[in-house]
Amino acid sequence: MLKTLRILTLSASVMAITALTGLSTSTYAADDNKVSEEDIAKGKELAFSRTKGNCLACHMMDDGQMAGNIGPPLVAMQARYPERAKLRAQIYEPRDKNPNTIMIPYGTHGVLSDKEIDLITDYVHSL
Amino acid sequence: MKKLSLTLVTSVLLTLSTAGTLQATPAEDQEALKNYFSKKFSKIDINSYGDGAYIYREDAYEQFKLMEEDFPPYEDQIAKGEEMWNTPFANGKGYQDCLGDDVTKVRAKYPMYDEAKDTILTLESEINACRTANGEKKLKWKKGDIAALSGYIATQANGQTIDVKIPNEKAEAWYEKGKTFFYAKRGQLNMSCADCHVAYAGSRIRADTLSPSYGHVTHFPVYRAKWGAMGTLHRRYGGCNEQVRAKAFKAQSDEYKALEYFHTHMSNGLQWSGTAFRK
Ligand code: HEC
Ligand code: HEC
Repeated sequence: MLKTLRILTLSASVMAITALTGLSTSTYAADDNKVSEEDIAKGKELAFSRTKGNCLACHMMDDGQMAGNIGPPLVAMQARYPERAKLRAQIYEPRDKNPNTIMIPYGTHGVLSDKEIDLITDYVHSL
Repeated sequence: MKKLSLTLVTSVLLTLSTAGTLQATPAEDQEALKNYFSKKFSKIDINSYGDGAYIYREDAYEQFKLMEEDFPPYEDQIAKGEEMWNTPFANGKGYQDCLGDDVTKVRAKYPMYDEAKDTILTLESEINACRTANGEKKLKWKKGDIAALSGYIATQANGQTIDVKIPNEKAEAWYEKGKTFFYAKRGQLNMSCADCHVAYAGSRIRADTLSPSYGHVTHFPVYRAKWGAMGTLHRRYGGCNEQVRAKAFKAQSDEYKALEYFHTHMSNGLQWSGTAFRK
């Protein structure tokens, strides 16, 4: 009896902790419920690759080495792009925001496929 | 009401100034570019712009200067160019018969507008024109012997002032063609020369600092570590076109001749500083 009670209290406190910390993670998960760790890793690889996104040519991001400084550092992306679609649009066609930008029109010019842009967007959104 | 008239005035002013830029003379273009760089990098000596990207990076600049003094890697190629200059063709004539006896007076003549042919003559085009006129085979345009010879000729003009002339309207049409090329977005990656070498000169693209277009041509043909050899300006144009996944034009094509004409005029007032080392 005493034992059962103890287990109950324990599990209750675990639940309380989950409930507390879960607050932030669960809203996070609700936004991006389809994004897996694996997709984020794939997106990172595409973003860093010199023959694919090569975002590091211009942006400091994450743990990327020898990054350029032509564009702004990509940090706190969820705060700045609450809507994933806006972030994707910036990568797909940056000229919508700045017609004369040096940033590559990755989608419009077919530099990356739609799927690749999705993966990169997921990754960048996680930064 | 007040707001409306302000808008009107502004738009009239804008129209006027746009019309003004459209009609900017080459001299005005050049002045504007120089002012842009001296304002943007007010601490950097505007006369040092021939040293390319190094001027923006103190540490690398020191190393570059030491290297130029102690181990210039292009000396043997310049010596080879000198030998070529002094060796007659099979018919007994030589480069002097086409380009003039005084080797110090050659580099600064080009690029030059040729009225009779309505084209731009470059140092390299004239080297090969001289060869074919004397029954010799053309040299390959981008590297090897042509770079050795034009490199030697360039070193002999060191310290002279760049002063490309645009004598008439037809010459100005070539200049405008080069200017359009320089500012046009190009390739799958959609970038212009000006994006990298005007707007973001001094910034880093990956680990490379971007050089300013003012002063770009002073030291060509250049010795590049990446090439392990010397190469001409048109070789570099091809490389920069391909970087943005555009198709390179042929060396000495009208496109690159026009570009060289515009691009060299841009550096008027700086000194020729024949042959330097670059990464
Ligand atoms: C050749 C340079 C260049 C490359 C390569 C590049 N960008 Fe950019 N990017 C810029 C510049 C410059 C800006 C600033 C806005 C502008 O000028 O259009 C920018 C802006 C952005 C922004 C908006 C940032 C903000 O603060 O709102 C995002 C997001 C972005 N880039 C993501 C990417 C991603 C992801 C890649 C790679 C797939 C990439 N960029 C590749 C130059 C580049
Ligand atoms: C994607 C960016 C980019 C574009 C676009 C680009 N370049 Fe470059 N360019 C570079 C880089 C990087 C280097 C090597 C570092 C440096 O010296 O700037 C370079 C070097 C050069 C150099 C050699 C500079 C020296 O000091 O020896 C010249 C000349 C040059 N570029 C001309 C051009 C011209 C002309 C165009 C357009 C046809 C062009 N570039 C387009 C990135 C670019």
